[in-house]
Amino acid sequence: MLKDFFGKRKKYASIPSEQAKADVPEGLMQKCSGCHKIYYRKEMNKNLQVCPNCGYHHPLQAWDRIDTLFDDDTFEEWDQALTTGNPLAFPGYEEKVEKDQKKTGLNEGVVTGKGTIDGQATAFAVMDSSFRMGSMGSVIGEKIARAVENARVEGIPFIIFTASGGARMQEGLLSLMQMSKTAIAIKRFSESGGLMISVMTHPTTGGVSASFASIGDYNFAEPGALIGFAGRRIIEQTIREKLPDDFQTAEFQLKHGQLDKVVNRLEMKEVLSLLLKFHQKGGNEK
Amino acid sequence: MKQVLEFEKPIVNLKEKIAELKRFTKDSEIDLSEEISTLEKRLAVLEADIYGNLKPWDRVQLARHAERPTTLDYIDKLFEDFIEFHGDRLFGDDEAIVAGIAYYKDKPVTVIGHQRGKDTKENIRRNFGMPHPEGYRKALRHMKQAEKFSRPIICFIDTKGAYPGKAAEERGQSEAIARNLMEMAGLTVPVICIVIGEGGSGGALALGVGDQIHMLENSTYSVISPEGAASILWKDSAYAQRAAETMKITAYDLKKLNVIDNIIPEPKGGAHRDLDQQAAYLDEVLEKSLQSLMQYSVDQLLEQRWEKYKQIGEYKTVQ
Ligand SMILES: [Zn+2]
Repeated sequence: MLKDFFGKRKKYASIPSEQAKADVPEGLMQKCSGCHKIYYRKEMNKNLQVCPNCGYHHPLQAWDRIDTLFDDDTFEEWDQALTTGNPLAFPGYEEKVEKDQKKTGLNEGVVTGKGTIDGQATAFAVMDSSFRMGSMGSVIGEKIARAVENARVEGIPFIIFTASGGARMQEGLLSLMQMSKTAIAIKRFSESGGLMISVMTHPTTGGVSASFASIGDYNFAEPGALIGFAGRRIIEQTIREKLPDDFQTAEFQLKHGQLDKVVNRLEMKEVLSLLLKFHQKGGNEK
Repeated sequence: MKQVLEFEKPIVNLKEKIAELKRFTKDSEIDLSEEISTLEKRLAVLEADIYGNLKPWDRVQLARHAERPTTLDYIDKLFEDFIEFHGDRLFGDDEAIVAGIAYYKDKPVTVIGHQRGKDTKENIRRNFGMPHPEGYRKALRHMKQAEKFSRPIICFIDTKGAYPGKAAEERGQSEAIARNLMEMAGLTVPVICIVIGEGGSGGALALGVGDQIHMLENSTYSVISPEGAASILWKDSAYAQRAAETMKITAYDLKKLNVIDNIIPEPKGGAHRDLDQQAAYLDEVLEKSLQSLMQYSVDQLLEQRWEKYKQIGEYKTVQ
């Protein structure tokens, strides 16, 4: 009996009871995708959606990400009104995009703009994996290329947070070509001496990992993020071998020399701010 | 004996019939010339009809034809004194990509291309033309060398895609492709890319950022294979035929989408039917392409390359 009691107590000590959960409005509680512990959403939000128990980094929506990084009221959005066409006249594509526009409140899967981080101006792009799985079509390529070009013209750094399942299939080769479009913009920016920081978040795969995500002056990732070119299933089918669990994680990429650093979200602003400081134009003294 | 594709079977059957009648005429001394002439006329109509109305899926079959000419075939026909150079200086030599220098119309050029095999043994050696990171890094090494010595670069694209393997991921497949895109963007020499077979996604694009992009008439260029698209869209790879149409992967579709500059014609029935003729068609476009690019200064070249890619894509502005 006692043992049962303590067991129960222990089990429910830090998390609300079933009854409490039933009593609270929906959305108030959140189950960690890593350890499955249940937290108040506000508690998780306060911790930037990083699980206080296991450190799991939950996906952040674009504007939440901006809130975690930029000084209050400094972020100014660019090209908000750009939205996708249907270049291949792909059946059902427009409806799918509209559905995700309603769901996310975004016109497309990337938000670009500029703002200040601890008073330091930077251009910025953040992809949102909840919009068509962050897949890259014409609008994403165009907005990123424009943001990079703006950064070049204004002489400010460019920081990008990537999250993408790869190319936007419904735009066919036009989506593939966004890889080259953004790469050329980045080359021009780099030649002008611009600083680019890429932060890969879960998941960064396919055409996005094989283009702008991997060519920052510094390439970072959030812990546990899936990062890779080909999908696990395709690789397993090809090589007829089971892949290890940690395959294509941020930690795996770090170990294989593909990343400069894995950065915890709770330290992200600090790290980015310091890097911006290191690269301030006109004198690098502390 | 050439491998016969499904859609060209009526032509092959009719040709066999004609050959049979000719043999019979010869052996039996019975004059069938009238019948033969009728069938030959019918053949001409049939050929014009079938080869003149190839569906995207037919072109996919042609692009993948086992006997379709490869990079090395074209190098042999179009260039002189080709010397192949190996290795990326970092890890190894990937034979899924060949690279070297040669003369083209007496001028030194750098030639790089995906390389498939023509039989199983060669395909295994060349990993079916699907590169690992070291292949892309070898290519980049040659591009940088071309830049140093002011040689134009010609890239032949012919791959199902970058190899989806464990080692490829461990050695940075993504970075290798991304790096090529970025570095090709800034090359100070003319870059001409020609899709000769399959242009499979990022693995093709990693040799595909250039000043002019051409495609052979029956080649394909796609973000995902028709089979892959079909299994995602309709949960069944058997719909590949439909996906080949929906995904707009043929030279004609891509010209309309303003992604490529020129369509290079193929001999009737495909490049493998007549390599000399195919090489001649290719030569014509390549020479013009090079001539037009050689007149630009480095600044002009880079500016135009940016302008070229900047306009690719379709979007609209709301509100
Ligand atoms: Zn947790």
